[in-house]
Amino acid sequence: MADADYVGKEYPSFSVDVEKGRIKMFANSIGEENPIYFDEETAKNSGYSGIPVPPTFAFTLTMEAGQSFNILEDMGIPKTQAMHGEQGFTYYDHIYAGDTVTGVQRITDIYEKKGGALQFIEAVIELRNQNDVHVADLRSVIVVRHKVGE
Amino acid sequence: MSITVDYASLNVGDAIPDLVKENISRTQLALFAGASGDHNPIHLDDEEAKSGGLPGVIVHGMLTMAFLGQVLTGWVPQSQLRGWNARFVSMAFPGDTITCKGVVAEKVSENGEDQVKLDISAENQKGDNILVGTAVVAIS
Repeated sequence: MADADYVGKEYPSFSVDVEKGRIKMFANSIGEENPIYFDEETAKNSGYSGIPVPPTFAFTLTMEAGQSFNILEDMGIPKTQAMHGEQGFTYYDHIYAGDTVTGVQRITDIYEKKGGALQFIEAVIELRNQNDVHVADLRSVIVVRHKVGE
Repeated sequence: MSITVDYASLNVGDAIPDLVKENISRTQLALFAGASGDHNPIHLDDEEAKSGGLPGVIVHGMLTMAFLGQVLTGWVPQSQLRGWNARFVSMAFPGDTITCKGVVAEKVSENGEDQVKLDISAENQKGDNILVGTAVVAIS
């Protein structure tokens, strides 16, 4: 299958539970001390309807669901040749502890640079919560190193 | 905690307060591996990292990006963060000190909301960029 055939390809949807303990663990691991990530009362007093996830936690949810590697596996690219080139987040609503988030990943673009030595795979994951509210979009660019002439 | 930011008094070129993460430890990489679910051995095991052509273990790109997120949520509440992105331009290593920065690049009104676009970056102790990107935050 040629690169262009993968553009627009959609992968099967996935669902992940957003666990309070995992949010705490994540916040601790990044040195975050804001009590909104640890205490529901404080979060509610700060205008959130529950414990929100930190800004990059959505990526961890997609990783939990194996979304970082399924494209590589599908395209037959060894993980060791791939690097995370770029990551973006667009937020439409909050993701809270206790939510179940459902996502769909789609390849939006594939292009090459340096005569094919570098291949760029751009994918977007749309996330919705259990009430079908569109909460966030994640945009990733994976850079694949190829030996030219291979 | 965040401070109140006044839209009218913000100017293009204004810097938001830096966030400094000193001396990133291997322990932090191990904790982040567990918490984030990224167990790639290039962040945990020197031998594995070297066999992949690296000088040793490297800091998770998404850990540095999480730090960069903190420079934003330290400035305005997370509920005001509309979107952001970052490019992974170079690697960080254990022992590095990472400084996250943001500078107002543009003031815009979008859907009746006052917003600022920031140029953001995370750099190491030598001043080399690890991550560069942009962020859009609403200023209420």
